[in-house]
Amino acid sequence: MGAARAARQRGRVMTDASLTDSAPPKFWLTHRIIMAVVAALIVALCAFTLRWDWLPKYLPLIGEGIWRTLWLLAVTTFFGFFLAIPLGLAQAAGPWYLAAPARAFCTIIRGTPLLLQLWLLYYGLGSLFPQFPAIRQSELWPYLRQAWPYAVFALTISFAGYEGEVMRGAFKGVPGGQLEAARAMGMPRLTILRRIWLPLAIQRALPTLGGETVLQLKATPLVATITVVDIYAVASRVRQDTFIVYEPLLLLAVVYMVITGLIVLAFRWFENRVPSRVA
Amino acid sequence: MLETLVDAFPTLALLAYEPPGWGANLLRGLVNSIQIALGAYAVGLIIGTAGAFGKLNGGPVTRDLLAIYTTVVRAVPELVLILILYFAVTDLVNQGMVAMGYARVQISGVAAGIAVLGVVQGAYSTEVIRGAILAVPAGQLEAARAMGMPPLKTAWRITLPLMLSNAIPGLANLWLIATKDTALLAIVGFAELTLQTRQAASSTKAFLTFFLAAGVLYLLITLVSGVIFGRIEKWARRGQRGSGAGS
Repeated sequence: MGAARAARQRGRVMTDASLTDSAPPKFWLTHRIIMAVVAALIVALCAFTLRWDWLPKYLPLIGEGIWRTLWLLAVTTFFGFFLAIPLGLAQAAGPWYLAAPARAFCTIIRGTPLLLQLWLLYYGLGSLFPQFPAIRQSELWPYLRQAWPYAVFALTISFAGYEGEVMRGAFKGVPGGQLEAARAMGMPRLTILRRIWLPLAIQRALPTLGGETVLQLKATPLVATITVVDIYAVASRVRQDTFIVYEPLLLLAVVYMVITGLIVLAFRWFENRVPSRVA
Repeated sequence: MLETLVDAFPTLALLAYEPPGWGANLLRGLVNSIQIALGAYAVGLIIGTAGAFGKLNGGPVTRDLLAIYTTVVRAVPELVLILILYFAVTDLVNQGMVAMGYARVQISGVAAGIAVLGVVQGAYSTEVIRGAILAVPAGQLEAARAMGMPPLKTAWRITLPLMLSNAIPGLANLWLIATKDTALLAIVGFAELTLQTRQAASSTKAFLTFFLAAGVLYLLITLVSGVIFGRIEKWARRGQRGSGAGS
């Protein structure tokens, strides 16, 4: 019987391989159905044998946590990307007095752990600020006493550092002929940047942007270590309150996987919408 | 000059190596971090090589299982994975020990850290090595097969040396990720560089000094590794056209 199944599977694979030219390969092959059934059994096992009775009580908190994680992700990628454009441009085409600091910034951000940067900003700067009366009396003080501005700032410069490196490559990768044509048409330099160079560079950076956003999502739970209550912090609190070890962590993993899936889908949709005929 | 610097910033004296300073603690943390990073990187490379060959040459079930492994590990934050694996691994080992009639053991932080980060690294290096193998010219492999080389010998003598030069940039990146991911073990209470730094900083209240010092240490690892990997890449690209070795 085992041999029969192996033969059937071999047959499957062969037809599958021969079909790849004409039709897309079928997803529901025999072994995949078996694997899906096993996966469903495992999920059912988790649902019935593990403890989930804490879930209703913490549901509002979980919702808030997910919302804060998404908010952090959106805000920091947005501002980080806007910082990355001048960083990339300075490195790709700037004079040395702009290129050198930009390169140093990217090296430092990419060369040290985000956790360390976060703690440096929160504990280091946070302990430095109260020593200056001018800062303590300023309008910003109520914000500087909270944790989230430090979290936003650290995640933003982190994203800018990594994406700045990507943008440097993207700016350099824009075909020179495009820029020469624009220059030959007598376009002013700023207009070239706005209308030709930047759009083409962003188009080149787009495929990596999705991956960087997923990496940024995976960096957000670190803010829980400086008392920002994101979904990770909520899960930690559940674990501390109820002494349940695995279930909150499993929920956490599922939440992050779902968000990652949504990001990947969103970027695929976005990439398909951007017209690209760059051969 | 050093003394004027210490006079200007008195907290710098806290970085001294001898006991009033915390330099020895930081260096111990640095050694721990490098140890874990090296171990995790090695484990990751082994998993990655096996995984890449499995993804390319394995049966349909192996391929799907490997796809699930790499997708899940790359979609879930390292921090969450470290917590899950850390508890799960120590739990499983202890249950196994109890079932076999032994007493519970305390798993050393280094071993757990290496195991956990190795699994994470493995997923990334699987993808890097798979891509590098795919970039090996098909003619080379066909020639090996035509000469009647057995598959294992082909892998060892043809595929691995040829894919190395393609894989080095990605693997260099992974090494840097490994060194930076060791900082996450601070959260499970392992005394690597970041946690040592935090302990030193909170007992002396000189937060900025210690975190900046640790940043410099991490940056040094990054810069030195950059130089080393540059050498390795040059070595791996020897004999290739346009590698710049001769010109």
